[in-house]
Amino acid sequence: MKLSLTRRYDFSASHRLHAPQLSAAENQRIYGKCNNPYGHGHNYALEVTVTGPVDPATGMIANLRDLDPFVEREVLAAFDQKNLNEEVAEFQTTVPTTENVCREIFRRLQDFPAAHLERVRIEETSKNSFEIGAEDFA
Amino acid sequence: MIRITRKVEFSASHFYHNPNFSAEENRRVFGKCNNPHGHGHNYTLEVTIAGEPDPATGMVLDLKELKDILQREVMDRMDHRHLNYEVPELAGKIPTCENIAAVIWRLLEPKITRGKLDRVRLYESPNLFADCTAASANGAGSHA
Repeated sequence: MKLSLTRRYDFSASHRLHAPQLSAAENQRIYGKCNNPYGHGHNYALEVTVTGPVDPATGMIANLRDLDPFVEREVLAAFDQKNLNEEVAEFQTTVPTTENVCREIFRRLQDFPAAHLERVRIEETSKNSFEIGAEDFA
Repeated sequence: MIRITRKVEFSASHFYHNPNFSAEENRRVFGKCNNPHGHGHNYTLEVTIAGEPDPATGMVLDLKELKDILQREVMDRMDHRHLNYEVPELAGKIPTCENIAAVIWRLLEPKITRGKLDRVRLYESPNLFADCTAASANGAGSHA
């Protein structure tokens, strides 16, 4: 059998979907209301899944006392209550779609020292979600 | 192949303590979960069975049968119990979400006679869950 542990976090942020290489009309056609120049926000739910051997001494794949501060430091401190376009360096050059947010969060978390990062999943709203697995991240 | 999932909920108490650790080490590693008086959770268990529907019934496995298996193997053992003291399968183990999910997998796997046990997902809270799945064919990623 294979075991994984998933922890769920929340953050709230604003973004605007806009590709500078495209015309205003194309941006409007592709991104619709997400292209509104002043941006908009979401309550994002972030699920972080790790795998690895269960330490017999602790019964844990990863201690939340290690994982929580790591995610706080690497992701939540930079993303929560922020404007993703303006305040996260990565999104000054890529469009902060939730696909790209997934990839960026995976990149930030992949060096978690205590377990293997298996998957990052984000619910942008209760109706849509995005995920990236270790096998997809290259 | 079709996957079917049945959900049950149980409530239990536990605490984390490793007798080989000093008191200070237990507090450092386990934090407030080390409180010797224990604390409780409402656990949500999702059990997924994979298989082909029987042409005669249209079912992979009768959900009533699965419900009875979950009642017998999980609910009767763990619901309204103290996981450190009252569940023999967890004796000598720290009753973390990971270990409980693995114990539930081992209890259920031999009882599923139609279809195959595909996944055991155990939520300790809405913000924390462990998944137990079949190891891949070559055994890679097996952490049993």
